[in-house]
Formats: sequence, structure tokens, C-alpha cells
Amino acid sequence: MPKWPLPLARGESMTLGGGPMTLDSRPESLWADAWKRLRRNRAAVISALFLACVAVVAIAAPWLPGLADPTTQNLKLGAVAPTAQHWLGTDELGRDTLARVVYGGRISLMVGLVATLVSLVIGVSWGAVAGYRGGKVDELMMRVVDILYSLPYIFLVILLLVFFSRSILMLFVALGLVQWLTMARIVRGQVLSLKHQNFVEAARALGAGDGAIIFRHIVPNTLGPVIVYTTLTVPAIILQEAFLSFLGLGVQPPDASWGTLVSDGARVLALFPWLVIFPGLALSLTLFCFNFLGDGLRDALDPQGRREVA
Amino acid sequence: MNVATFLLRRLLIMIPTLWVIATLTFFLVHAAPGGPFQAERDIPAAAKAQLMKTYGLDRPLHEQYVSFLTHAARLDFGPSYKFPQRQVREIIAEAFPVSLELGGWALLIAILIGVPIGVIAAVRQNSSLDYAAMATALAGVSVPNFVLGPVLVLGLALTLFVLPPALWEGPQSRILPVLTLSTAYVAYIARLTRGGMLEVLGQDYIRTARAKGLPESRVVGKHALRLGILPVVSYLGPATARVIMGSVVVESIFSVPGLGRYLVNAAFNRDYTLVLGLVLFYASFLLLLNLAIDVAYTRLDPRVELA
Repeated sequence: MPKWPLPLARGESMTLGGGPMTLDSRPESLWADAWKRLRRNRAAVISALFLACVAVVAIAAPWLPGLADPTTQNLKLGAVAPTAQHWLGTDELGRDTLARVVYGGRISLMVGLVATLVSLVIGVSWGAVAGYRGGKVDELMMRVVDILYSLPYIFLVILLLVFFSRSILMLFVALGLVQWLTMARIVRGQVLSLKHQNFVEAARALGAGDGAIIFRHIVPNTLGPVIVYTTLTVPAIILQEAFLSFLGLGVQPPDASWGTLVSDGARVLALFPWLVIFPGLALSLTLFCFNFLGDGLRDALDPQGRREVA
Repeated sequence: MNVATFLLRRLLIMIPTLWVIATLTFFLVHAAPGGPFQAERDIPAAAKAQLMKTYGLDRPLHEQYVSFLTHAARLDFGPSYKFPQRQVREIIAEAFPVSLELGGWALLIAILIGVPIGVIAAVRQNSSLDYAAMATALAGVSVPNFVLGPVLVLGLALTLFVLPPALWEGPQSRILPVLTLSTAYVAYIARLTRGGMLEVLGQDYIRTARAKGLPESRVVGKHALRLGILPVVSYLGPATARVIMGSVVVESIFSVPGLGRYLVNAAFNRDYTLVLGLVLFYASFLLLLNLAIDVAYTRLDPRVELA
């Protein structure tokens, strides 16, 4: 049973610093420390700013002055290369590419965030309960995770989407359902090392029930790795949604995500290359920034990264 | 535990896993609304009944399930619904070598390029070379293959005319699909190698190797690389799974006649027998491959025991 101070084993100083938040001033210093290190990482800061801009534009799209309606067709105009009026050109139906990319981002980001939330809720609860209960329950719950890991899930997702409905709701479920496994493993590992610490004993002594102990006292202390992994899950899900949309299984018209736009553009690649290039660029840049931010957060929050830099 | 016992145990564990996959897929496919002959709705009822009978679809579900399992165990998935004159087995036998070639080259190139990049970045840690290599690698990870593919086609095939834009005929036609598929893995393997090497290079036995006067190339290339490459080895399992998933896209972009293209088409055509056969084939292939990787892992790292 770990005693204070814990030896600085792999991944442990996280639980150490993030420990008894209400009893100790140390956790603040961990977050402040992490924040300082993150701010020094210029690539991560620029990525975060870029993502913030993307998010603001995506949310504010309907009220942006000068932004065309993404569904308004202009068959007489047809596909034109970028001009002063249509900065990113138009597609075969005369729809403004810039507007389509902005509204595509709305859908891609929404799918990424909602499906991540689904996977977060399932993964954290599953991992926390398994780790806290331990013994047979833990073994059984993690065996389920192992089996699901070994399934070629992408094929099951394809089948699910082809045979049932291709609604956005189904997409959330399908993508969220396959992404929670790693989260469950991470949280379980954290909980295993946390559950015998004094602040948990204290909570129990004060008469807190298992549910309260897990979700009020233990889960908040697993935040560090959870934040890092969540940052990396969002781009993974956006990528998978785009992949499915590229195959024609994801977001259905008249809605369009970045994946749909790339897919549509790829069909007329030789004639109107801008229809692939701009949505592809938006998608790639966003994924790039999410990955950079995730890396930066890991360096800032993960003690192993700290050692590496030192 | 010796290798034979280990292999036997793992092969035995594969059976229930495959059974779960087979059962899930079977019921998923059969719960789907709309039959496989929906496209031919206007055929006379008698002909339809005849078709259902030929494929055994008129029998109760549990009988179909048992018959599916017993036949699948003998690798017999029956004829394709869409192409009745062809056996699913034949389609797989024909398309698999194509996918294997595509995926195999992609992985091989990813390792041959990614590992040296990662090693150099680790040895020159925090140099501008390191930063440049890792930023490029992160960019490589972030560009999806279905964006990269069309862009490469646009640049190399449609503008410069140096490579064929599609199809799978002749060695030149291999370049673009393999490049498209491998880029992300080159990048990811470079990152993994760097991380693994950094961890190993700080360890005592490396200091010992240096202390006894070994040249740096030998310290890095022999002593450090052997353990530093372990994260890459354990990534090969998931990497293969992702290469297979990626090949679905790449095969559609470049009209490569591999398994991935068949899978997507079969799913859209509701070609039940072909879908079931393909999913089970993919799953067994992945499971066997993961087993091989586990064995390779223990060969590289003597600290790991077979369990």
C-alpha cells in the first residue's frame, strides 16, 4: 500500500500531485506547473489558438457576415476556381466552397466532441468501477474490454451503418462505442493506484458511499491522463467520421462533414482540384493542431515527459 | 512456458473469440432490414422463393446459424449473393494476395523509413533536426490517407504525368497506393522509435557499453536499438489492423481489386455471404498476426515471459 510520499514510479507522481485536492495546496502547484510548461510550448499554444478560432468560426457560422449559405445552389455559375467573390471557389452546383467548409467543420467538430463525450462517460465509469471494485468484478469487466479490443470493430461499424440507419445519431453511438476501451484501461490503472490513499480512507471514514467515493473523490484525481487522452480522442474520432463519410457511410446529404466534402471533391479531382484541397487542408490542419495540443498537454501533465525534457 | 504450449494455448483461445465475432456478425447481418434480393424486388414471387430456397434463407434462423457455423469452420461460406456463380472462398483467394501485397509493402516501407528517422531524432535529441523530424512526423500522422491519396494523384499523375493515377497493373501502379497507405505509419513509427530509444539510451547498460569503449554506432545500433524498437514491435499489431482499414480507402481511391473494395461493395449490396466471409477472414488473419507479434516480442526482449 503506497505511503506518502510515494516513490516517483511511472505515472505515479501525477496521482501524487493531483491527490487530495481539498486538503492540500500541492495540487494547485501541479496544475499551475503544468500550465506554465504548456504555455512555454509554443507549438501547443499556437495549436490551441488555431483550434479556438476554428471553434468560434464553426459556432458563429450562421451569423458570420458575408458568409454565403452552404446549400444555395447556382447552377448557372457552376464550378469556378477561387475568385474575389468566392474565396475558395464553388462546386458543380455553384455552392460556395468556403461556406461548405465552414459548415462542414461544424459537423465534423460536433461529431468529434459528442462521440468523445460518449466514450468519456462510458470509459471513465467502466474503468473507475472495475479498478475500485477489484477482484472478480475487475477481472470480468476488463476481460470484456480485452475481447472488444480484439474485434475488427471498424467492420462492425461499417455493417451497423450500412444495414441500419445512416443517421448522425448512429454515428455518435458507433464511434463512441468503440473509443471508450482505451479510456477504461487508463482510468482503471489510475484508480488502482489511488484507491488505497489516505484521502479515500478519510472519505470512507466520514461515511461516503462507494458511488460518492468513486465519482466525487477518485475520478477527479484521474483528470490529468484523462484530459490528455481526451484531446487525442477528438481527432481520432473526427478522422474516423471522415473515413466513414469518405466511404459514403457517414454524414448524409444535405449535411456535409469535411470527410463528405473530400469524398465529393475526389470524384471531380481532375477538373476542380480546389474541391479536395480546401476541405482536405481544413481537416488536416485541425487534426494536426489537436495532435500537437495533445502532445503538449502530455508533456505538461505527464511526469515521464518531464523527465525526458530534464 | 515453452513456445509450443504457448502457441497451442493461444490458438485455443482464438476459437471462442472467432465464435463471438461470427455470431455477432451473423445476427447483425440477419437483423438488418431488407433482404439481399431487395434490388431485384420486381422478380416474381415464385422465383424469389426459389432463390431463398437455394440459399437456405427459408429455413428457421437457428438452423441457418448452425449451418453457417459448421460450414464456416471448414472455410466454406457458400456462393456470393451478388455473383452467384462465384464462391466467397474463391473471391477471397483472389483478392487477398492483392491486399497483402499493398499492405505488406506499406508496412515494410513504414518500418524501413520510420525506424531510422526515429533513431536519428533520438540520438540528436532536442536538436533542430529532431524538432523538424518530429513536426514532419506529426504532420504525416495528421493528414488522412483519403486526403493524401487524391493530392498525390493530382500532383504526380494528373499534373506531372509520371505515374498512373489508378488501377493495379505493372510495378509503377503500385507506387501511389503504397505511398498513400504508408505515410501515416512512417510518421507514427518514427515517433514510437524516438520515444523508445530515448528511454533506453538513458539506462545503465548503455552507459556500461559506452564505458567499455564500444563505438557509438554499435552502442546505438546494436545495444539500444534492440530494446528501443520494442514499442514499434508491439505497435505492429494495431498497425496492421489500421493498414487493413486504410487499405479499404486506398483500394477505393485507386481501384485496386483487393479485399477492402470487396468489403465495402459487399456491404452496400447486402451480399451477406461475402460480408460474413470477409469479416471472419479479416478477424482470423488479425488474430494470427497478433500471435506472431507476441512471439517476436519475446525473442527481442528476454525480460518478457510468454504467458
